[in-house]
Amino acid sequence: MKNVDEILLSKEELARYSRHIIIPELGLEGQKRLKAAKVLIIGSGGLGSPALLYLAAAGIGTIGLIDFDTVDDSNLQRQVLFSVNDIGKLKVEAAKNRIQSLNPHIEVITYNERLTSENALRIFKDYDVVADGTDNFPTRYLVNDACVMTGIPNVYASIYRFDGQVSVFNYEGGVNYRDLYPEPPPPGLVPSCAEGGVLGVLPGIMGCLQANEVIKVVTGIGEPLSGRLFTFDALGFTTRIFKIFKDPQNPLTGDNPTQKTLIDYEFFCGLKHDPINKKPVNEITVQDFKKWKDEARDIQVIDVREPHEYELVNIGAQLIPLGTITEHLDQIRKDIPVIVHCKSGARSTRAIEALQNLGYDNLLNLKGGILGYIKEIEPSLPLY
Amino acid sequence: MATLIIPTPLRKYTEDQATFTTDATTVGQAIQELTKRYSNISPQILDANGKIRNFIKIFVGEDDIRGIDGENTPLGSDTVVSIVPAIAGGISNL
Repeated sequence: MKNVDEILLSKEELARYSRHIIIPELGLEGQKRLKAAKVLIIGSGGLGSPALLYLAAAGIGTIGLIDFDTVDDSNLQRQVLFSVNDIGKLKVEAAKNRIQSLNPHIEVITYNERLTSENALRIFKDYDVVADGTDNFPTRYLVNDACVMTGIPNVYASIYRFDGQVSVFNYEGGVNYRDLYPEPPPPGLVPSCAEGGVLGVLPGIMGCLQANEVIKVVTGIGEPLSGRLFTFDALGFTTRIFKIFKDPQNPLTGDNPTQKTLIDYEFFCGLKHDPINKKPVNEITVQDFKKWKDEARDIQVIDVREPHEYELVNIGAQLIPLGTITEHLDQIRKDIPVIVHCKSGARSTRAIEALQNLGYDNLLNLKGGILGYIKEIEPSLPLY
Repeated sequence: MATLIIPTPLRKYTEDQATFTTDATTVGQAIQELTKRYSNISPQILDANGKIRNFIKIFVGEDDIRGIDGENTPLGSDTVVSIVPAIAGGISNL
């Protein structure tokens, strides 16, 4: 952090922040601390939007923003930083314009790149606090580890549908995310946001709580949410606070630390397979599939496309969309060959990988999907 | 009766029930009762060896069971057990 004693507030700034300055706990000193602070926001999505707006409005002197995405109209349901005029623009550019029009007294530094193990330490070292608003586990563990390695507090928030979590990690040597969750869920076990959805206002609530914790960490007022996990269930309006304690097995900060550098987080989270230990996805050709059907073999056929695709054309398979596959394990046979198909083979591969993680070993991917089947076997059916 | 709080990401496996009450006297027994009643939730919270998965936290009251007696942590008649999974917004791995 810059030297607070050297921070000056202009007449305009004093007027702008007067409602802060008259709070005894914050005062002029607190406002100067906000101006001296350099805060890095990871992601300008649902969580980053409110956090950025409030931290900019509050007068955080330097805000860094990292995001490699562009604004899409499906973002606007929750990413209140953006407007329809921003659709198609780089998020960091649209966000910077919005923030600077909100508060011209602050500096905004943008990074239009994906946060990686290669760039994280270089970017983090210039900041006092990181606010993690990422939407995936590899980046979440990367942010955690990079914060531990650079000694920067990590103000964390996470959401799913109606549930939210907030905590402050690595604050003055306190616990970090790996103390809470040593490992991420394997791929396929938790549905994605695109499939699972999120109530638009929820990241607004959690992102504001995150901004509040950033302000506390920066100014030193109150008790930051370190060593505690706050959870919010928007449906039941239930809030809970749990204690987090250090995990002696933590590879970064446990009794016998084994990890000294950033790692390959896609691999750690199971998104990249170990080519040696990878469970292969077995395939069946459309010709063999036809033969099996003609022979009336005892098989189960599952279509993991969406219902509207199934309506367009289907080959009589049982419809279980990919996003709900793990909810329907009781309908998926383990005792006979199960052939899984989608439109052309990608979704069915992911479904099989998810099911194989759950112990299935009787699954076959229909090579080429329903399109391959129509082209080769039943050309009278419609293509789409 | 102890009460298990089911988080929203796992309610699809409990027929949308937000809570599960049980006469079990330990956390481990309560989880067993839960997975017996709703078999599809089992692979979500237990690994192949029947151990609670690393991305699922179980709290009794506000305390992590790891700091008490793990799955042998005793339950009182009004104990609230929270199952808190790791969540990550828009993960796109399925």
